[in-house]
Amino acid sequence: MAEPGGDPGRLPSEGSEPGGESHRPQQLEAGAASEYQEGAEETSYKQHVPDINFSQIYALGQDSHQAQEVSVYQTYPLGTQEPRGAYQTYGGHDRYQAYEREHGPYLPHEPGYGLYQPGYGPYDDLTPDPEQRMLACQNAKAYLLKSSVTSGLNLYDHLVNVLTKILDEQPTDPVDIFENISKDLKAAQFQKKMDTLRDEHEILPSFESAEMRRNLFLKSDGGDEEREEELGGIGLNRDETYLIFLALKKLVSVQPVQTCRFWGRILGREKNYIIAEVQYSEGEEEEETEEEEVIDEGDKRMDLVEDEDEEKEKSEPPKSTYKPPPVIPKEENGTGANKYVYFVCNEPGEPWVKLPPVTPAQIVCARKIKKFFTGRLDAPIVSFPPFPGNEANYLRAQIARISAGTHVSPLGYYRFAEEEGDEDEEGGGGRDDYEENPDFEPLSAFEMVESLSTWVHHVPSILKQGRCVWFNPLQKTEEEEGEEEEEEKEEVPDELQQEIGPPLLTPLSEDEGIQNIPAWTASLSPKLTPQYAVAILQSNRWPGAYAFACGTKFGNIYFGWGQKYSLGNHTPALPPPVQPEYPDGPEIREATDPTVEEELAFKAAQEQKALEGMEGEEEEEEEELEDGEEEDEEDD
Amino acid sequence: MEAAALPAALQLVASGDTGLSLEKRAALGASLLLLQRDYRFERVWFWGCIQGVRGTYYIAQGLGPDLAAPRSRLYSLNCAEWSLLPPATEEMVERAELLTGRFQGDPSFEYAYAEVNAEDDENFQDDGKELTIKEENRLVATIEQIDRAVGIIPRRALMKTPLGSVHENRSFEGLSLTEAKKLSSYFHFTEPVNLKNKTLLEKADLDPSTDFLDSLEHDVPQGSWTVQFEKGSTVVVLRSLLWLGLTFYHVPMTKQYGYIYCGTGEKNLDLPFML
Repeated sequence: MAEPGGDPGRLPSEGSEPGGESHRPQQLEAGAASEYQEGAEETSYKQHVPDINFSQIYALGQDSHQAQEVSVYQTYPLGTQEPRGAYQTYGGHDRYQAYEREHGPYLPHEPGYGLYQPGYGPYDDLTPDPEQRMLACQNAKAYLLKSSVTSGLNLYDHLVNVLTKILDEQPTDPVDIFENISKDLKAAQFQKKMDTLRDEHEILPSFESAEMRRNLFLKSDGGDEEREEELGGIGLNRDETYLIFLALKKLVSVQPVQTCRFWGRILGREKNYIIAEVQYSEGEEEEETEEEEVIDEGDKRMDLVEDEDEEKEKSEPPKSTYKPPPVIPKEENGTGANKYVYFVCNEPGEPWVKLPPVTPAQIVCARKIKKFFTGRLDAPIVSFPPFPGNEANYLRAQIARISAGTHVSPLGYYRFAEEEGDEDEEGGGGRDDYEENPDFEPLSAFEMVESLSTWVHHVPSILKQGRCVWFNPLQKTEEEEGEEEEEEKEEVPDELQQEIGPPLLTPLSEDEGIQNIPAWTASLSPKLTPQYAVAILQSNRWPGAYAFACGTKFGNIYFGWGQKYSLGNHTPALPPPVQPEYPDGPEIREATDPTVEEELAFKAAQEQKALEGMEGEEEEEEEELEDGEEEDEEDD
Repeated sequence: MEAAALPAALQLVASGDTGLSLEKRAALGASLLLLQRDYRFERVWFWGCIQGVRGTYYIAQGLGPDLAAPRSRLYSLNCAEWSLLPPATEEMVERAELLTGRFQGDPSFEYAYAEVNAEDDENFQDDGKELTIKEENRLVATIEQIDRAVGIIPRRALMKTPLGSVHENRSFEGLSLTEAKKLSSYFHFTEPVNLKNKTLLEKADLDPSTDFLDSLEHDVPQGSWTVQFEKGSTVVVLRSLLWLGLTFYHVPMTKQYGYIYCGTGEKNLDLPFML
């Protein structure tokens, strides 16, 4: 190490050499210098202050390493943000350090530069010779300060950061998560370095939905909450319930509806559906049905015209005798399966979309397929048998099936209207209406749970045909020709049987179970306070359908995937067997055409036969002629 | 899900079919703590409920310090009194897979089923008799199956120490929004099967302390998980379509996550037809 006090003559005024890396200080001991040189060479290429001549600083004694630190420190633009004083606690065992720290070695651009000359400090002549240990410390620190070529960090700064973070945050057992903290800090450093673009403020999708929900609040006021549901354990959490309630209110204000009720929630693969059941006040739906009829008639006219043209143009190929089975018309809006109109949306706050009315063909097909909903109403349903419609129709069909199967009410809540038709009428037409019973006396929840006969269905069940009221497809044949009518009757006598479903308001005890599982599971909740208890029915045929009753109030709700429970595995319908070909017979068997030679030979053979027949006659004629000639010769 | 976080979690997850009424939740809050004290578990998870025909089983799991160790499972019919279930053995799981249909709701009910193979006959001691399996065993076997098949955790939530035990990762800050949408950010919390089959390139990106489990990406059939953002993208909810009723929730950028099963305890074998 250089002598203490150094040579006063060797001051910076001696002349500085830019980039002192090549300058080998002669006055230093070789061994000591080499290590410094390495550190200096590594870092000196980043030097911005060529005026500081390392060699001179070495000569000047113990403050040299401080100056080096400062210059090195300067080379990191982002570097550590700690003030210089912070890391200079290193080597704090030397009291002279403390003194010098306050003024700090000055750099050329700082105003204090040149005032305090190293080596002229008040205690410099008293400084003991820095031992080997000090040198080793300085070497070690220089090594730590070496920056990595790949990342631009150095270990010294990194450790400082890690320790600072740990001391700031004071986690428990920091030694266990030490590596993670280290990794996180490194990652953080990189982010700051490379991001020269300004981050666009992220527009989270949550903001949009929050806005929608806020709009709900702006328009309406508070309302009731369904306490029974919460007691029973069904139902969404309170926030969601409230939002849905507000959304329903909005729907009511937009559409002219008589009653509106939250039907339930169906889960889907991408999005869920929230469904509202609405009953229109009369007179509102007629417009739509007219539109549909107009469209149908227009189509029919088009078909007729086309048929006529075709007949004129071509000679008719034999017409097939296949007649498609008659289309069963859907039920009128407001009756049967279409009694209620359903609106859906994906999240409360979104606009409600009306579902189209359901047709029997869709219900029949929905019974055969099993598909999850995706959450988009226009998604196609790919299945076999092919579903006539898209997801909106499938959803509507499932809603109809669920309603028909699981909407129940306590016994006596509804009763039949006073007027009744004959029981002989087809379909029991007089029993479609029911009304609330003003004399309804609620049973206790305990009784409701004990036996299933205290609950009744109040929605007509859907027949196999797909409708609630049986439709005789043969009634249509009156429009067609009489002959065809006879043919049909001969071919399909069995379908004339009327389908009858269980009459309205049948108790649940007559519901069929699936094998040994009853159709409904009843429970009481909460169990410990029976006087406030709510009776809850869970359907086993449609998992997710709940019915609850408490006193005079009752409700039906559905939360689930929209699928029926089936015990065995679902076996999709197989495609129909391939149509057989026309049977092979001799009349259609092809034979090869005879060749020309064969034809000639055949002709020749035929002629020969004819000739033979004729020759027989000719011979007789010739014999007669010959006899005639001989007679002529004798006369001469 | 964590017992301590149960009320908040149920708020997030309740899709309506959880069947946990106010009474039950209150009972759970108290009884789960007592379980922790009595059995000396380090943490108690409320696993969910399996609905039987005549009653519902509520299931809780107790864990020790190593999260990958076999867990103790307890069931209750009223959320107040809990009984320990026997540990699930492979044999139990195999036999339970043969059973179909709903749970009865009575723990002592015995199912009778017919053997399938002649090979199985040799293993069982009773030849010619009908084999029975108790509902308790079926219950624990079903829970084990569900945990193995669809028990999931977010990536980096757990880490493996060099000694092999699995601990919670205290530096886990939650998944970001973009990460939360991807299935590759969630792992099956069970012995990994596909990990060894990954190519070397993929393995190079993995971090052995946190990526020691299978991710959901390669689950068969594809599409057996639904990922949804609920409550306006503040919660990401994953639902399994293979075991209908399993719901996993996570609030991105926070440490909250957990899963709960509320269903009939039957595998949805029709899944390929329904997608």
